[in-house]
Amino acid sequence: MYHTKTLAELSAMLEAGEVTSVELTQSFLDRIKQFDGELNSFVTVTEELALAQAKAADKARASGKAGPLTGIPIAHKDIFCTEGVKTSCGSKMLDNFISPYSATVVEKMRDAGVVMLGKTNMDEFAMGSSNETSFYGPVKNPWNTQAVPGGSSGGSAASVAARLAPASTGTDTGGSIRQPASLCGITGLKPTYGRISRYGMIAFASSLDQAGPMAQSAEDCALLLNAMAGFDSRDSTSMERDVDDYSASLNNSIEGLKIGLPKEYFSEGLDAGVAKQVDDAIAQYRAMGAEIIDISLPNTHLAVPVYYVVAPAECSSNLSRFDGVRFGYRCEDPKDLEDLYKRSRGEGFGAEVKRRIMVGAYALSAGYYDAYYLKSQKLRRLISEDFSKAFEQVDVIMGPTAPSTAFNIGEKTDDPVSMYLSDIYTIAVNLAGLPGMSVPAGFSNNMPVGLQIIGNYFEESRLLNVAHQYQQKTDWHKQIPEAFV
Amino acid sequence: MEWETVIGLEIHAQLATKSKIFSSASTAYGAEPNTQACAVDLGLPGVLPVVNTEVIHMAAKFGLATNSTVAKRSVFDRKNYFYPDLPKGYQISQLELPIVHDGKLDIELEDGTKKTIGITRAHLEEDAGKSLHEDFHGMTGIDLNRAGTPLLEIVSEPDIRSAKEAVAYMKKIHSLVQYLEICDGNMAEGSFRCDANVSVRPKGQEAFGTRAEIKNINSFRFVERAINHEVERQIDVIEGGGKVVQETRLYDADKDETRSMRSKEEANDYRYFPDPDLLPVIIDDAYIENARKALPELPDARRQRFINELGISDYDAGILTASRELANFYETVVSDTSDAKLAANWVIGDFSARLNKEDLAISQSPVSAETLAGMLKRIEDNTISGKIAKEVFDAMWKGEGDADSVIENKGLKQITDDSAIETMIDEIIANSPNQLEQYRAGKDKLFGYFVGQVMKVSQGKANPAQVNDILKKKLNG
Repeated sequence: MYHTKTLAELSAMLEAGEVTSVELTQSFLDRIKQFDGELNSFVTVTEELALAQAKAADKARASGKAGPLTGIPIAHKDIFCTEGVKTSCGSKMLDNFISPYSATVVEKMRDAGVVMLGKTNMDEFAMGSSNETSFYGPVKNPWNTQAVPGGSSGGSAASVAARLAPASTGTDTGGSIRQPASLCGITGLKPTYGRISRYGMIAFASSLDQAGPMAQSAEDCALLLNAMAGFDSRDSTSMERDVDDYSASLNNSIEGLKIGLPKEYFSEGLDAGVAKQVDDAIAQYRAMGAEIIDISLPNTHLAVPVYYVVAPAECSSNLSRFDGVRFGYRCEDPKDLEDLYKRSRGEGFGAEVKRRIMVGAYALSAGYYDAYYLKSQKLRRLISEDFSKAFEQVDVIMGPTAPSTAFNIGEKTDDPVSMYLSDIYTIAVNLAGLPGMSVPAGFSNNMPVGLQIIGNYFEESRLLNVAHQYQQKTDWHKQIPEAFV
Repeated sequence: MEWETVIGLEIHAQLATKSKIFSSASTAYGAEPNTQACAVDLGLPGVLPVVNTEVIHMAAKFGLATNSTVAKRSVFDRKNYFYPDLPKGYQISQLELPIVHDGKLDIELEDGTKKTIGITRAHLEEDAGKSLHEDFHGMTGIDLNRAGTPLLEIVSEPDIRSAKEAVAYMKKIHSLVQYLEICDGNMAEGSFRCDANVSVRPKGQEAFGTRAEIKNINSFRFVERAINHEVERQIDVIEGGGKVVQETRLYDADKDETRSMRSKEEANDYRYFPDPDLLPVIIDDAYIENARKALPELPDARRQRFINELGISDYDAGILTASRELANFYETVVSDTSDAKLAANWVIGDFSARLNKEDLAISQSPVSAETLAGMLKRIEDNTISGKIAKEVFDAMWKGEGDADSVIENKGLKQITDDSAIETMIDEIIANSPNQLEQYRAGKDKLFGYFVGQVMKVSQGKANPAQVNDILKKKLNG
C-alpha cells in the first residue's frame, strides 16, 4: 500500500509509472476519511482541489514536465494562506476566512507539482505545545489517542505519523515543528530563520517564526526543503542566498563528525526514558565514527523566560489586525467601535491567545519596556553567543527534542508554565535563528522519543546528512502506529 | 505681563513615490475607495511589508538639503493603536532611530529678518486610511487607498517664536520639498500638512510653558490663525488664574477657534517596538554621496546666483526662488530675453498677479514662459511700450496668440517716427492755447496733460520717451 512508502519512494513510483498521482491522492483521501474522524488532524480536506491538482500533475508528467514532487500529495498547516480555501489558523477568529491569496510556501509547492490534500489542525495562532488550544478541538496522538500530538503543528505531525499524508508543512516559533515531530515519531526540520519565506504564513512572532517540512525521513525532508527554501522579495527577512541541493549530500560520510552534547540539555527535568533513547542514539553516532564532545550552553536557563517576553510582545502587535473590521470574526450587533473591538476579539480569541496578548502588551507598555522587552533582546544575544561559541568547537549539537514523551490530553491545560517547559530544549534554537531537527530515536513506554540535532546557520544540508545517516542504521522512523498500519 | 510664544512644528510631507511605502499599490490621489489598496495595505493575515527604497533616497536628499545628519542605520518601529482606518492595528514609523536628525533651516520674515530654525528629526512612516462618516447612515465607511502612503514627518526644534515665523518656516519647507521633488506640496489634497505645538511663557523665563498640540492644519493661512488663536487662548487661561492643560486640539477654520480633542491623561500608550518584519535600514557613505549628487540647486543658492549673475535685487530673487516652478519659469523667460530686471518685474508682477487672481498653478498658465519672453522682446526693441504690453499680455492670456500676432492684429505697434509724433503734438498744442499759456506761466503739472493728450490721440502707441523729448522741446518753445 502507498501509505507505507516514504515520499522518496512514492516519487520513484510515480516516475516509474507504477502509480498515478490521482490514485495516490485518492488513497490518502480515503485514509483521511477512514481515520481522521478520530484523529482530528485536518481542519479542512480539499478533496476536489486535490484530485484536480493530481490530474494536472499526471498530465504534466505525461508531457515530460515532472520534478521529484510532481503529483505527491501533502498537507499544509492551516497557518499558510491558501487562495480560495479556508485558512483558520486554528482560531474561531478566522473560521470564516477564505484567503484571497496563497503563501509563498504554498505557491512554491504548487509550482513543484505538489498536490494539497487539505489544511491541518494546529494550536490557535500557533500558540501551544499540545494542539489543545485549537478552536477545532484537540488532535489525538496516533500512538495513543489519549495523548497529545504536541504543538503547535500537531495536526501536521499526527497526519504524517498516521500516514494520512506522506508529508506535511509546519511552522516553528519555539519548537512547533520539532516538538510534535518528536511526540509523534516523525522527522521534522526547522530551517535557519530567513531560509524560507514567511509571506502568507500568518504571523505569531515574526522574529522567530519559520516554516519547515515534516515527513517520515530526513531524505523526504530534503526533497521538500528543496522546493520550500529560497529568497522571496516579499519577505524582507528572507535571505538572499543560494539554496543548496539538500538531497545531494545525504550520503556523505559522517566519519569524524564532531557532536556537542550540552550538559544543560541532560540535567534535571529530563525524563529518564527519553534520556536513555537519546544516549542510545549518541552511542549509535559514536559507532558511526562521530566524535562526542561535552559542551556547555550556559544561558540555556534564560531561553524560556526570554521567549515568553519576546514572542508575546510580537504577537500582541501581530494579532492587532484581527479587529472585526475587515475580515474574520465580528461580534453580533456592536453598539459602538469599542464594543466592536472588545467583543470581536474577546469572543474570537481563545484563552491562551488572550493570555499571550496581555503578557506581550504588558511587556511593551511604557515603564516596562526596558525591564522586559529590551532586557530580553539583550539576553537573546547572550543565548545566540552561546551557540556561536559552541560551533567553534563542534559541527552539530545533539540532545533531546522534548523533556518527555507525549503527555495526556488535559494533563497540562491548567498549568501554562508546565506546558511552556515542554519546549525548553527547542526554544533557544529559535531565539538564535539556527536550524534544528527532530529525528525519531526509539520509544519510551511505547511512545516515540525524538533526538534533536542543531546546526550552524544555513547548515541544513549537514543536518539532513547527519540525520539521514542515522536513519540508514536505524528503523525508528519507519515505525507506524499499529492502529494505522 | 509680556508673553513669549514658543512653537514647534511637525510637518507631514507625503513623499511623491509612485507606489506605497511598504507595498506596490499606487499612491495616486482621488481613486474610487479601496481600489488602490492591496493585500498588504488591507493588513490581511500573513502579509509582510517591504520598504520602497525610493523613500530612503528621498529622505536622504531632505536630510542633506537641511544640513542634517543622514543616519547610516535607522529602524522602523511599530506604533500600536486601534483605529478602523489603521488596518494592521499599528502604524509603521520610526521612533528611536529616525533616518534624518539634527539639521537646521534659515528662514526669512516678510520684514527681511533672518533666523535659523533647528530640525530635530525627520522620520519615515506610513499614512493611515480615511474614515468616511457621510453616506453610511450611522455607520462608518473605510477607504484604505491612502493607507501605506509614504510620509516624511519633519519635526522642528521649539525655536519658533511667532505665528509669522511658523508660516515662514512652513513655507520654506514647502518650497524645499518641492525643489527636491520629493513632495508635490499639494495642501488641498493633504500632501503637505502640519501639527503645531504651542506654548507661552512670561518673557525672560527660560522654562517652557505647558504646550497644546494643534492637529492637522493644511494651509499657511490656517497655521497663522490657529497659532494666534491658541496663543490668545493660553494667555487668557493663565491670566485668568488657570493652567494650560497638555492636550491635543483641533483647529476649526469655520469658527476660527481651536478645541480640545483629547487630553494627555487619555493618551494612548503606543507600545512602540522595532518592527521585526523589517530589517534596519543601513546606508553607507557612497549612498549618501549619490544622494548629494542628485540634489538640485537649492533655493538659497539659486537666489544668490540670480543676484550675482542676473543682477536682480535680493528681494526679487527671494520671491522668484520661493518656488522651484516659479524660478524655473523665470529662468526660461530670462534665457530668451536680455533685460533680467524687466523679466523679473513681469513674472513677479502681472504674471503672478494673474495666476493668483484666477487661482491657477504655473503649470496651468495660459501664457508660457516662451510666450511671455516673446512679448518682453517687443518691449526691449521698442515695438511696444510697457503700457501697451499690458494690453498685449491680456490678449495673450485670453488665447489670442503670441505677442507678435496680437500686436499685428490689434495694430498696437508703437509709433516711433519723430515726425509723426511731432505732427500730433503740433496739433494738440494748437488746440490747447489756454493750457499752453498756463504751462508757460509755470504750471509744470500741465506737462502730464499734454502727454495724456498725445497718448489719447495715438491710442497709447506713441513711444513715451520720444513723446517726452519732443513735447519738452515744443512746449518750452
